[in-house]
Amino acid sequence: MLYFSKLRIISVIIFTIIFSYFALSNFTKLDDRFFSKNINLGLDLQGGSYLLLEIDNRPVITQRLQAKIIELKRYFKEKEISLKNFSLNGDTIAFEAQEQDLEQVSKLLNDKESDINQYYQSYKSHEFDVIENNNLFNLNYSRYGLVLLKNASLDQAIEIVRRRVDEVGTNEPNILKRGNDRILVELPGLDDPNRIKSLLGKTANLTFQFISQNSEESFGTEKLSFEDDNREAIVSKRIILSGDNLVDAKPTMNSQTNETVVSFSLDRVGAKKFGKATSTGVGKQLAIILDGKIISAPTVREPIVGGSGQISGNFTFQSATDLALLLRSGALPAPLNIIEERTVGPDLGQDSIDAGILSLIIGFLLVIIFMIYKYRAFGLIANLALITNLFLLIGILTLFEATLTLPGIAGIILTVGMAVDANVLIFERIKEETKNEKNPIIAFDAGYTKSRTTILDANITTLIAAFILFFMGSGPVKGFSVTLGVGILTTLFSVYFIARLLTSLYVVKNKEKEQLL
Amino acid sequence: MNNISFNKFYRKFNILSLVLIITSLIFLIIKGLNYGVDFKGGTLIELRTNDKTNNISMIRDSFNQMNLGDVSVKKFGNETDFIVKFEKQNSNDPEFIKNIQNKLSSSIGDVDFRRVENVGPKVSSELLKSGIIAISLSLAAMLLYIWIRFEWQFSLGAILAIFHDVIITLGIFSIFSLEINLSIVAAVLTIVGYSMNDTVVIFDRVRENLRKYSDIKIYELTNISINETLSRTIITSVTTLLALLSIYLFGGEILKGFSLAMILGVIFGTYSSIYIANPVLVALNVSQRTIVKEEKD
Repeated sequence: MLYFSKLRIISVIIFTIIFSYFALSNFTKLDDRFFSKNINLGLDLQGGSYLLLEIDNRPVITQRLQAKIIELKRYFKEKEISLKNFSLNGDTIAFEAQEQDLEQVSKLLNDKESDINQYYQSYKSHEFDVIENNNLFNLNYSRYGLVLLKNASLDQAIEIVRRRVDEVGTNEPNILKRGNDRILVELPGLDDPNRIKSLLGKTANLTFQFISQNSEESFGTEKLSFEDDNREAIVSKRIILSGDNLVDAKPTMNSQTNETVVSFSLDRVGAKKFGKATSTGVGKQLAIILDGKIISAPTVREPIVGGSGQISGNFTFQSATDLALLLRSGALPAPLNIIEERTVGPDLGQDSIDAGILSLIIGFLLVIIFMIYKYRAFGLIANLALITNLFLLIGILTLFEATLTLPGIAGIILTVGMAVDANVLIFERIKEETKNEKNPIIAFDAGYTKSRTTILDANITTLIAAFILFFMGSGPVKGFSVTLGVGILTTLFSVYFIARLLTSLYVVKNKEKEQLL
Repeated sequence: MNNISFNKFYRKFNILSLVLIITSLIFLIIKGLNYGVDFKGGTLIELRTNDKTNNISMIRDSFNQMNLGDVSVKKFGNETDFIVKFEKQNSNDPEFIKNIQNKLSSSIGDVDFRRVENVGPKVSSELLKSGIIAISLSLAAMLLYIWIRFEWQFSLGAILAIFHDVIITLGIFSIFSLEINLSIVAAVLTIVGYSMNDTVVIFDRVRENLRKYSDIKIYELTNISINETLSRTIITSVTTLLALLSIYLFGGEILKGFSLAMILGVIFGTYSSIYIANPVLVALNVSQRTIVKEEKD
């Protein structure tokens, strides 16, 4: 029916006005405006960095397995069961038990109440899979044991990443988990991602270890190289103090040497350990090691008992600031690799916005002119629907604070091109109907009714494509699927409410005229 | 109303399509697609130089000195803008890009890195996989939808039309070595939607006419239906192409590949809904019985 109730007309108008207001609020710069939401610009439009980091969990797994061996030894010793030939082959712990203990060892490892091989009720799985072969036992991380380990390490890493990014002070960073070994970092508006990249690329494992007197590498020592040249030194494996005991670190100027240093303060436990080690080690060289490289190795002149100290090592003010930042934010549980980076400079982003808006305006004008040329008065109606459509589309994107990307703008332009399709289908159908039906109101009504299934079919197919793109796509492409999908919904609304309302008003007024369309 | 004998050319255009598809497949198999960094891994840098005398070969030479594997340099829109792509990407060295910029500045003067994309091998293979899954899924979803809405003969026609459009569009990308990246996948998916849309409009009319006229053969009936919907087909293609052309010409370099793929897709989509989808109905000898039988079930 071409008849619209007053209530319906009013609600359509109110609905349209509200969304148009949302849409326009993006372009006003008033601070005290009633509606404070805006479309988010994607990184490709406002500039910024997208970094995908992957944790390399291998060192963590090896570390945990080594710790597990010690735990196993202690546990079975307490139970007075003697095990021998402990070894770690790849990711497998192996040991042998004596004939008479086999049953008991097996029971202790496979029991659901086991203290040494935890059972997770929710996963129906132990932490370790146990394989028994005569008197030989092999322990491997079970699938869920590994998942739990990775999740724990990811949680820890994401916290450290967040602290480091926050310390640098970028605006509204977005830090998210991806799967169980990846972290997504989005840094909008960041001009130069190099500093953050190098900060995130460091594990920041700080240790203090004495330099060994021996000139040969032996059991209990390791050979490490210096950070800024190729010198090497033999260092005792015993860790005097690690970064965990640090409570604060900041860059300062050493007034005696006129050198930039990083000064740190320790917690109580750390201060005690440090004091004890430095009092017994006067005269020895204490190496300060960061991620396996020696930063410096000063000689201990007197016991350091105050719980604070300095790290020197040819720092510039910038590198001292960065080291202090890393030490304050803590060490990552495992190294992070940047496996994907996408950075767009702010001026390219602005260029993209300009080009996007220009092509939107031109595309819009071309379509509008073509429709008026083709349909005259009805072209005008279709165009009014198109303009409303655009306002609704932008209004909805604003309301949900969707992210607009460059492909997203392309999606809007494409919507402009395809949105007239529904009106064209209707108008063409009406033309056919008027051939057999002299009463224009009936003909128009038939045109709307008979084209409805076709329009639905045609739009559902595009909607399917948009849906799949939304769930499979990433980043900018996802933005395209959002505008395309929402565009279809607003198109249907503008065609069936706006255009139809205008059409019915026009037809009722001009029903005496020959050949309306 | 239009009265063009589209059906007289069914055979000729089918042969043309077959030739185009075979040519495309040959190129796709032998030459393959020119994958961008999204799918191949590696590094892409869009740079702007301050010095207008810098040309492609100077930039290529400076990059070649850095041991980055295969380097390709292309102009990108402006005279001072270039796109550089190379195989190497280094996830373990956070200073990788910074070092390149420093070396480049010392050899050809100040450069501004406007865009950097660095994709590791693991990520690129995942992106490729999810792209293929997305396209396959959308084809399957379309098939399902059309199967629910129409009879199997129609589904076959629509699906063949879509395959035709996607294969030829990709074939053209292969022939001209145009780059395939994430946005091309989005374009292909949209082409699938558009081609389907166009075919469905004609099929709806064919079905309606099948109900209306029991004595007209399908060969003639498809022609009537095509003619009845022709103005709509043309007007919608024109408005869509106008919008796409505007993106292609004014939307900036980044959207060029995307809009080109879409333009090709719309042209072939419009063509195939007339010359692929309808001949399938003729070949399968669809009649009033086909739809009446289904509706009784």
